[in-house]
Amino acid sequence: MSTPINGKARRTLKLMIVDDSNLMRRRIERSQQFEDLQLVGTAADGVEALELFRRTDPDVVTMDITMPHMDGIECIARLVAMKPAIRILVVSALADKATAVEAMERGANGFLNKPFTDRQLNEAIAELMR
Amino acid sequence: MLYEQELKTFVEGTTNFFEVAAQQPASIGSPYLMEGSPAVHEYTGVIKISGKREGVVYFTAPKAMLTVLLMKMQENDFSHETMRDLVGEVANTISGNARRDFGRDFVISVPSVLSGEKPEIPQKPGLRSFIIPINWRSHSAKLIVSLT
Repeated sequence: MSTPINGKARRTLKLMIVDDSNLMRRRIERSQQFEDLQLVGTAADGVEALELFRRTDPDVVTMDITMPHMDGIECIARLVAMKPAIRILVVSALADKATAVEAMERGANGFLNKPFTDRQLNEAIAELMR
Repeated sequence: MLYEQELKTFVEGTTNFFEVAAQQPASIGSPYLMEGSPAVHEYTGVIKISGKREGVVYFTAPKAMLTVLLMKMQENDFSHETMRDLVGEVANTISGNARRDFGRDFVISVPSVLSGEKPEIPQKPGLRSFIIPINWRSHSAKLIVSLT
């Protein structure tokens, strides 16, 4: 549990990072600045993400789209089916509106295009955790 | 066929990548038509394009440039694997961003990476290949776009 504010304790949320780039996974881990967000694991594709989800039950997920074995769109749909309250931020290079719309329709809560600044990442995560 | 005005999408994507991810702009040279086989640097990230357009986009850069780019990205792992990861991620980002103009039917693959080898340029009718020179902090790289 993190430090209470306004008399109410804020539960620490569990974060899972999904991206086929190890560099990007490290970047997101390093750049996110939330004391009440605890990293529980990272995955390199949708299949790994589902396995990790079953073991760690994350609350918040950053999700790439273009990945081998299972892409982010399918993974989002499966995660949301298993845990409707999960919060998913898509972090993707795909900059067309149709992809963003599809991700949101499958259950994502936010969309951040690559490349991004640390500030943009943290603003997007803050919005997700509101 | 790839038209010169479509190259603007890739030039802008490359510019944006260096401004945002590297926090320092790159100087992008005038694209020119590629003749013969492509000259590559030590690392090359390759994205295959399918859907309404077919072809390949690749970003090729020397190890020295990638090393500095990693430092600018607050990385301290300069291994061969990380170089490969970075060059693939650059190619992926520029190609994915191109969908802003090309649309959803500009389907990009997951990146593959070459270390010194020359990538294959598909032989397709109507395919044109352009080289976009990139200069960043005294280093040179290239973005090569080959599309029907």
